[in-house]
Amino acid sequence: MSVKSPAPERIAPAGTPRAPRRVGFSQRLSRWDVKLSPYLYISPFFILFAITGLFPLVYTAYVSLHQWSLLGGQGDYIGFQNFTDIFAQPAFWRSLRNTFSIFLLSSVPQVLVAIVIAALLDQNLRAKTFWRMGVLLPYVVAPVAVGLIFGRMFADQSGLINGALGFFGIEPIRWHVDALASHVAIASMVNFRWTGYNALIFLAAMQAVPRELYEAAIIDGAGRVRQFFSITIPQIRATIIFVVLTSTIGGLQIFDEPRVFDEAGRGGSSQQWMTTTLYLYDVGWGTQRNLGRAAAVAWLLFLIVVVIGFINFAITNRISTSGADRTTTRTRRQRRAAARSSRRSA
Amino acid sequence: MSSVPTTRQTAGAGAARAAARRAGRSKVGGYDRRPGVVTYVLLGVAVLIGLGPLYYTLLLGSSDPVAIAQSSLPQLLPDASLFENFSKVINSDAFDFWKAFGNSLIIALFTSATTVLFSTLAGFSFAKLTFKGRRPLLVFVIATMAVPTQLGVIPLYIIMAKIGWIGTLQAVIVPALVTAFGVFWMTQYLEEALPYELIEAARVDGASMFRTFWSIAMPAARPAAAMLALFTFVTQWTNFFWPSIVLNQSNPTLPVAVRLLQANYFVDYSLVMAGVFLITLPLIILFVFAGRQLVAGIMAGAVKG
Repeated sequence: MSVKSPAPERIAPAGTPRAPRRVGFSQRLSRWDVKLSPYLYISPFFILFAITGLFPLVYTAYVSLHQWSLLGGQGDYIGFQNFTDIFAQPAFWRSLRNTFSIFLLSSVPQVLVAIVIAALLDQNLRAKTFWRMGVLLPYVVAPVAVGLIFGRMFADQSGLINGALGFFGIEPIRWHVDALASHVAIASMVNFRWTGYNALIFLAAMQAVPRELYEAAIIDGAGRVRQFFSITIPQIRATIIFVVLTSTIGGLQIFDEPRVFDEAGRGGSSQQWMTTTLYLYDVGWGTQRNLGRAAAVAWLLFLIVVVIGFINFAITNRISTSGADRTTTRTRRQRRAAARSSRRSA
Repeated sequence: MSSVPTTRQTAGAGAARAAARRAGRSKVGGYDRRPGVVTYVLLGVAVLIGLGPLYYTLLLGSSDPVAIAQSSLPQLLPDASLFENFSKVINSDAFDFWKAFGNSLIIALFTSATTVLFSTLAGFSFAKLTFKGRRPLLVFVIATMAVPTQLGVIPLYIIMAKIGWIGTLQAVIVPALVTAFGVFWMTQYLEEALPYELIEAARVDGASMFRTFWSIAMPAARPAAAMLALFTFVTQWTNFFWPSIVLNQSNPTLPVAVRLLQANYFVDYSLVMAGVFLITLPLIILFVFAGRQLVAGIMAGAVKG
């Protein structure tokens, strides 16, 4: 029937002059639908990113070159005055030192412990889900809450940690006075919240490692520890790079935990634990109320994060690739051994 | 050394039993071997380190300032004064607790919904539709994940001040409507989970692009969408930096409120800790019900990322 139906139309052309045009219109509509929809669907992200991500980053540079107070708004163009002002403030340099110190104290132990926990989880455990959920629990505690809890645990007077140290006869540590001690305390907050999360990422990577590699290693007589270092670590190298990079980007911008480490929220009496983001906040909205200078800090921090990110990527890539080189030859040998033994048993 | 079943076939049942015994004893061990007590003890310690600070919060929350000042561990069990402190926090003059709670809930729910919708739309487009510039645009999205956009706060603040949004919830919601991570996540998922045949079938049936998205892609994306919603919810509920800049005392979210609590009640840490527990409790409840999905989500993201 559908084949026949156009025929009467051709016989009577005067009947419906509008019909072909309507078909054309809906076809054109459908073609536009196909052509435009992909762009339409991705546009919310790009529009939002342009307004709230890209534009502010670029505009930060503009603001940093002007006098710009929180209440008074835009002032004169002053070139790099804001940057030289920042460089002249000892608090800025102290904040950089603190940021790096806290970052190193948090990221290095965190990645190492996370890999160990992942290796523990990557076994034929009973109640797998329970253990996985157990290590993830701290992730749902807000950084502000973690900061307040640990701020109290690391209290200088009658804090839990000092109490425990006293039990072993160790003198109380002045966590809120000594710079390094405060960094350890703040780094422990970061580690508390993220170690389990990263362990699960590593666990997923470990489970994707082909089991034949382990079987081959067992055939070669490699013990658990040897298997871990010669197979597991090189095999999850991409994931290690990923975790190190994300913890770098996050770690260098740490704000919440140091902000609530004491009541004043200004990074300590002599800025012992004032991080660069906290310094940025203090310059912009705290004591100086100078958005121009704060923008200069933001730009500097942005550059630092990008540069450190690249360096980190290079180092991590180097380390784990050299590990992989060693094992590719090894696994090839193992594979050959496995093939030999299977031939023998068959 | 071959596997025990192979031994059974080649050398007989007795040899297999001996091999199994040997395998159980040897340090090497197969992958399927049950781990020893040490593993459970170490994992137990890890879980306790996670639980300890939360329990400590309960203890301090049911204590009083004098006891906290004198002893590093005022008591060993929480007691009824915990609830007194809860009600003191809820009825505090420093901020309106229920308003802060409502604000946190609105922000977290709203951004979760929009993030899922916009990310799934973009993910559908990137994963299953062909258009010019698809590849470079997707690379761009991934690259933005590595950009510390948090550092654009100053112009963002200037914009918000100019349009009069300081102190309003829009100022927190709008920048968080959709994330690069969400787009990337849904693209990855839909690439595998949505067969082309289904889309073609819908198109042949005359469905428009949007209809195809709504009736075919959306249902297929449901598992990943649920996880994305969960992660967005947790992120927004715990978010502090930006809200603490644009929101003020009269209209805070819970993390901003708990900082107010600290600034106002630092003489009484039992109240601060009760407050800390109150803001954490909703997410702990969420975790009890959806923790399994969070675990699965983190692990799924890791394999692909």
